[in-house]
Amino acid sequence: MGALAKNEIYAAVLQQEKGQYLTFLIGGEMFAISILGIKEIIEYGNLTTVPMMPDFIRGVINLRGAVVPVVDMSARFGRTASEVTRRSCIVIIEVEGDDEKQDVGVVVDSVSEVLEIPAADIEPAPSFGARIRADFISGMGKVDGQFVIILNADRVLSVDEMAMLSGANGIEVSSEVLSIGQQ
Amino acid sequence: MSLDLDQALQTYIAEARELLQDMEDALLRLEVDPNDADTIGAIFRAAHTIKGSAGLFGLDPIVSFTHIVEDVLDRVRDGDVVIEANLIAVLLESGDHMLHLVNVVAAQGEQLDAEAIVRENGLRIRLQAYQDSSGISHAVQVEEEIPLQSSGGGLVETDNWHISLRFGQNVMRDGMDPLSFLRYLSTLGEIVSITTMFDALPFADEMDAESCYLGFEIDFKSDADKATIAGVFEFAREGSLVHILPPHSKLTEYIELIRSLPESETRLGEILVATGALTQQELESGLSEQQTSARPDGSTTPLGEILVEQRSVEHEVVQAALDKQTQSKDSKNKENRYIRVHADKLDELITMVGELVIAGAGVSLLAQRVNDNSLQEAASVMSGLVEEIRDGALRLRMVPIGETFNRFQRVVRDVGRELGKDIELVITGADAELDKTVVEKIGDPLMHLVRNAMDHGIESASIRQAKGKTAKGTLRLNAYHDSGSIVIEIVDDGGGLNRDRILQKARDRGLIAPNVTPPDHEIFNMIFEAGFSTAEAITSISGRGVGMDVVKRNITALRGTVSLDSAVGQGTTVSIRLPLTLAIIDGFLVGVGKSSYIVPLDMVQECIELTETDRQLTRERSYLNLRGEVLPFVMLRDHFEVEGAGARRENVVVVTCAGQKAGLVVDELMGEFQTVIKPLGKIFSTLRGISGSTILGSGEVALILDVPSLVQQAVNRESQHVTTRQLTH
Repeated sequence: MGALAKNEIYAAVLQQEKGQYLTFLIGGEMFAISILGIKEIIEYGNLTTVPMMPDFIRGVINLRGAVVPVVDMSARFGRTASEVTRRSCIVIIEVEGDDEKQDVGVVVDSVSEVLEIPAADIEPAPSFGARIRADFISGMGKVDGQFVIILNADRVLSVDEMAMLSGANGIEVSSEVLSIGQQ
Repeated sequence: MSLDLDQALQTYIAEARELLQDMEDALLRLEVDPNDADTIGAIFRAAHTIKGSAGLFGLDPIVSFTHIVEDVLDRVRDGDVVIEANLIAVLLESGDHMLHLVNVVAAQGEQLDAEAIVRENGLRIRLQAYQDSSGISHAVQVEEEIPLQSSGGGLVETDNWHISLRFGQNVMRDGMDPLSFLRYLSTLGEIVSITTMFDALPFADEMDAESCYLGFEIDFKSDADKATIAGVFEFAREGSLVHILPPHSKLTEYIELIRSLPESETRLGEILVATGALTQQELESGLSEQQTSARPDGSTTPLGEILVEQRSVEHEVVQAALDKQTQSKDSKNKENRYIRVHADKLDELITMVGELVIAGAGVSLLAQRVNDNSLQEAASVMSGLVEEIRDGALRLRMVPIGETFNRFQRVVRDVGRELGKDIELVITGADAELDKTVVEKIGDPLMHLVRNAMDHGIESASIRQAKGKTAKGTLRLNAYHDSGSIVIEIVDDGGGLNRDRILQKARDRGLIAPNVTPPDHEIFNMIFEAGFSTAEAITSISGRGVGMDVVKRNITALRGTVSLDSAVGQGTTVSIRLPLTLAIIDGFLVGVGKSSYIVPLDMVQECIELTETDRQLTRERSYLNLRGEVLPFVMLRDHFEVEGAGARRENVVVVTCAGQKAGLVVDELMGEFQTVIKPLGKIFSTLRGISGSTILGSGEVALILDVPSLVQQAVNRESQHVTTRQLTH
């Protein structure tokens, strides 16, 4: 069998492969994230606020001895911070940074279910219109005739970018005179 | 077995590196005091051990080069060569080359590259100048031949060496493979015949698989001298029997040998005849002669005495054996005091102790809640013990700073030569201990600061003399413990920083407003700002691409601070303040709003209540009267922008850092807490004022305050505030 034929078969398998996605609600809208990076889902609570950080960093939690930062997804999208309700959860996701992996918690309004979405049913992200930065979206999944935004966890939760943003925020706080506006 | 050898090789590499470091230190000491016999001995032993062990592993390039170094050192030890600056320079470079050899040949198993070979040849030529032209080995041979000839006939015909080996039972337990000795022996000449002696082998059920029961009778053809051949077995000498008979030995020596070996005379005689070491005739006449000339009282002469009498063991070998003995005694002492432990194991232990501390805090908390006296008592006894374990575990990782400092002897010497400046390095406080992880990371910043001080700080001899200073510059490295941190000082007696030039530069860059003149120490510390290249700031000599801002960043990453003080014409002092450990600290728990924060306990001086009158005044001013002293304070509630109404009562934690007092206004004081430091992730890398986090007994996360940077933030904020007002008016 030639290498080409093998590749074709591989491509076909990829097409048929069904990715599994965790769906959840943020501000009434449904989002999905590939379950490969998801480590666990825990109840919201016992959160320690870290001062002088931008809104989208809610604080840190103790995850069995490790201190894990918690990100408010809604604030990260540039919307208002999520309201904490009885159904609020923290989804622990492993994010790959430049050089290391880090666990990050994400606050979501509620977790829905794990769905299988075949690769064929995933449309590329629109360049605008989703009201979310385009690079945050890895694709639009079709579920029961509805679109679900599949998030690119590594981008949304990019540790480097968030660190940079909080740094800019820090400067703004500590030096009102220079007034480097928040981007 | 090959795995064991691998491990042994790793040990060898580590030891060789240490020995080379010792050797370098000793050479530098020798430069100051050239007649110190102990130091010379130490250098010789270092080279000797490196060569000997390299031989075991068949690392010929190391053996052959080190041999020359050893020769020269031997002559130094005997007083044949006088120590002078050039010799030390050559030996230092040879040491560097040996390190290179160890790194390339032993560690990577590769050959030297062309550049290194050129260097080696150069060194060999320079070393040869110090070697005796006739050669030591030659001298030995002469000594050897004289008694043989004078003793007249009775020489055996064979021109081979005869070596009788009986390995000690522990030879394998000591990490040596009998085979490797033989393999190494064969590099010196040709093994004509070899007979394995297994007479000592016990019955199978009594045999210990880890013991060595073997012996060998070897006939060996070689041009090497006796000391070299004896050197092969040097490491097996302890507990093993090694007899070496030179070619054309006296027959009586063979007989003596036969008698001194554990096996029966007939059996040995047969073997010797069989291997061709002796002829049948020689053996028979020898044995009968021996019987007639046996001592009348029938006592057996001790073996050593016979050997010395017969001059079969020459001075050289005895000396080597003595060396070996003292050396193994030395290393035994060292072994008694140190155990080599893998750093990862220590880290694991410390992590576990950290978890134990957290769990212990949980137990104490529960005990308090249950309100059971005996339980509380038990819990407090336990937390006392846990605290001791914690301290003990952390001490395991503590190393004296002296090792790091000593490295700079060489740097100062070399850089001093390079720059043409005569600079003396004075080390004090070498005993001050700090965590190994900190020590490893402080090397680079220190190196930069030391080089900087030598390059830009200390002036050339002519300028110094013109200024009425001693021609010799002094660079000091000092370390001392101060309230839970270690302070490292780099002090030079050079020209000091040019304050006006730095101020000008800072104004040009907009770091300081044109009409403001901060105090001198603030100006000096400007050179730690990014983009403030030291080269531009102080002299026109180009920098090395690493600025002082990098130094500062490295030190800040270790939760340390760096500050600089300078007096024109008198010199500059750079002080680095570092935490002793990166793992666990004693903390003081305070509450602000709903959150808990930890203040490092070493910094806490006292706690006072914020009185109602002071609270009233906080809108206008941020200082209070502490027994007649002005105490500026930071309202953590405001600083951290905590939402919600203020607490009914507030307290002030008085902290000191770098000799400065400040107050932190908090809501609640919650007492001491053993704090296991958990780093906050990368997301928080830009966060100032918080240095890490910890987990409380309740499972909640508390943040650790970085007091110096909090105070600094408050200072900046206020000065900017004032500046804005001035500008707007």
